[in-house]
Amino acid sequence: MKTLKDIKVGGAATVVKLHGDGPVRRRIMDMGITKRVEVYVRKVAPLGDPMELTVRGYELTLRKADAEMIEVE
Amino acid sequence: MSIKIALAGNPNSGKTSLFNILTGSNQYVGNWPGVTVEKKEGTLKGQKDVIIQDLPGIYSLSPYSPEEVVTRQYLVNEHPDAILNIIDGTNIERNLYLTTQLLDLGHPVVIAVNMMDLVRKNGDNIDVEKLSKALGCPVLEISALKNEGCMEAAEKAVELAKNHTHGDVPHVFKGGVEHALAHIEESIENVVDNNYLRWYAIKLFERDEVIHSELNLPEEVLTHVEQHIRDCEAEMDDDAESIVADSRYTYIGDVCSRSVKKAGGKHDLTLSGKIDKIVTNRILALPIFAGVMFLMYAIAMGSFSFSIGTMGTDWANDVLFGEWVPGLFDSILTSLGVSGWLYGLVMDGIVAGVGAVLGFVPQILVLSFLLSILEDVGYMSRVAFIMDRILRKFGLSGKSIIPMLVATGCGVPGILASRTIEQENDRKITVMTTGFIPCGAKMPIIGLFAGAVFGNSPLVATSAFFIGVAAVVVSGVILKKFKTFAGRPAPFVMELPAYHLPSARNVLRSTYDRGMDFVKRATTIVLLSSIVLWFLQTYGFVDGMFMAVEDSNLSLLADIGRTISWIFYPLGWAGDMAWKATVATFTGLIAKEQVVMTFGTLYNFAGELSESGNEIWTMIASDFGPVRAYSFMIFQLLCAPCFAAMGAIRREMGDMKWTVGTIAYMCGFAYAISMIVYQFAGLITGEATVGMWTVAAAAVLALLVYLTFRKGYQP
Repeated sequence: MKTLKDIKVGGAATVVKLHGDGPVRRRIMDMGITKRVEVYVRKVAPLGDPMELTVRGYELTLRKADAEMIEVE
Repeated sequence: MSIKIALAGNPNSGKTSLFNILTGSNQYVGNWPGVTVEKKEGTLKGQKDVIIQDLPGIYSLSPYSPEEVVTRQYLVNEHPDAILNIIDGTNIERNLYLTTQLLDLGHPVVIAVNMMDLVRKNGDNIDVEKLSKALGCPVLEISALKNEGCMEAAEKAVELAKNHTHGDVPHVFKGGVEHALAHIEESIENVVDNNYLRWYAIKLFERDEVIHSELNLPEEVLTHVEQHIRDCEAEMDDDAESIVADSRYTYIGDVCSRSVKKAGGKHDLTLSGKIDKIVTNRILALPIFAGVMFLMYAIAMGSFSFSIGTMGTDWANDVLFGEWVPGLFDSILTSLGVSGWLYGLVMDGIVAGVGAVLGFVPQILVLSFLLSILEDVGYMSRVAFIMDRILRKFGLSGKSIIPMLVATGCGVPGILASRTIEQENDRKITVMTTGFIPCGAKMPIIGLFAGAVFGNSPLVATSAFFIGVAAVVVSGVILKKFKTFAGRPAPFVMELPAYHLPSARNVLRSTYDRGMDFVKRATTIVLLSSIVLWFLQTYGFVDGMFMAVEDSNLSLLADIGRTISWIFYPLGWAGDMAWKATVATFTGLIAKEQVVMTFGTLYNFAGELSESGNEIWTMIASDFGPVRAYSFMIFQLLCAPCFAAMGAIRREMGDMKWTVGTIAYMCGFAYAISMIVYQFAGLITGEATVGMWTVAAAAVLALLVYLTFRKGYQP
């Protein structure tokens, strides 16, 4: 399974499905990461985590551990 | 009858600016019951009968954060007459997500599209007519920064509230979902307030735990509802929560494609993006952060020619509370001819005690001012982004670094700075540990012992700082393993808002609020404790007679010190130093500088003591062995902070239970570390002997190690 964590900086991907459960998953959806949305990986923090994404026209940051829950293609 | 307008919107949508414009100075700030979420309300300028209720900035009405839950409860239980929903025009899709949820509640809603000046500048276009038609409610353009259209939006909301104009609920959900919702509505028709039928149906469909326990539906209804959810999930091949979120965003995408036109390419760098290329750059980010922190620290608390905070505080301590206020009270009390004890109470107790704390106000104002700017500009979320990796290892949030750094100057603004951490658990742990950082007022204590006992070795100060940081890290790890903090992992899914110029109105408002809050604490908790300590220090029993004592060795405080100093016996406080150390610990609660001053008094040094107290070094050295001195110093660094800091803890914790818990934790931790250090280091130097306390210290050490390395509660 390819997840958002595997996308390199400067790359983009389309969300297929959100795995996991509970507050983190809901929060990710609330912030606009839902099926079929295109996510662009803008950069990674200086210490290697978290990552910065552009989604629905704004900048969002999440940890790589959480990005692993987001299946993309 | 007054009209209640609820102001709702995403964080960073300009809600605070709009609230300040609409209410001006008619604001009341409090807390939502039961949670440490700030509650602000005010009356609309020029219309005393219109109450504006500022709701917390949230992204959704999910049941997972305290902010979201209080908002939901307010909207459903308090029946506001209308909702004024502010949305950020430059980020319209995500902002409308909350809007679709607000519309479900069936209240009259007015949408104010903020930052229209920026939208136009970017060459984008938002057709508010089309938006209004699609969403079924009035949509107005505003710019809170430039104060354009704000009053009109509020008046529109008042008009809707007066006429009870409800919008049409937009058609967010399709086919199968709508079908399931209709069935759920039908089965709870007689259970819930019919105005909120749709809201409850959607929440039940999402399997919202809070709503489930609130409604407490009978088993057969639940089974029926669950069956419809399952059918729909099977049909859509997804889970209910995702179906709802998907439907909302799909609907919004559809609405926006018709009413919003964006100029420019998809991944073009905005101005914010360009700034971030430098500010969160792989190589430059950390040095820039260090630079910003240093500058902030230098301006507020440093000793440079531009350190206005320090200048203000020096002036307040030396002139205002050193000459003017005491002089004023002196002349008033003298002209009134009050008796000696009253004069002493006012001058030595109240004026000196409260003055010592109020002296910090200039530094706190400057620091709050700078912090507000960093917050308003959008830098704080970048800090969290940069620092998250390191800090989350210790159970803290990326934003915890700011309180910690500020606390190296003074713990009070440090603790108050934890306000910017949204996640409640992270904020609580930050508040509980910030006081461990050695603040400026603890430096004289370190100086005293380094000079008196350790031949001015720089290792003493270095180790003190290291112990402070280690206490924060270890405590973070230990606390995070308790169920209270481990319960719900706080998601670190955070918006990096576009940078924008700070609004003078917001910055000044927030600086003023923080400053006033500190003054209020100083005039209540500090006033009371100063009086009590003054009384204990001034009076005592001499030959069985209760009287004011000249010799502080005879005061009640000295008696108390002698009576309870055995508590500190395991820390090595024995012999003649024990009660003096105990008394100094108590006076240190007023301000940590008092510790050195108290030793000066107790060792009967007449005259002005220098800051490091070198006049009493020989006496200290003969009373304290090196290990005992070190144990005492550690205890002072880690135990309960001064009253002003306790006030700040109370402010950020929001309730007494957590405040007392924090102070007890700090004292307990300080006690444990001091005891371990004394018992083991004492064995090496021969100051301590093997006995039951060695065993106790070993047990405490084992417990600490266990708490640090155990697996902890897994949610």
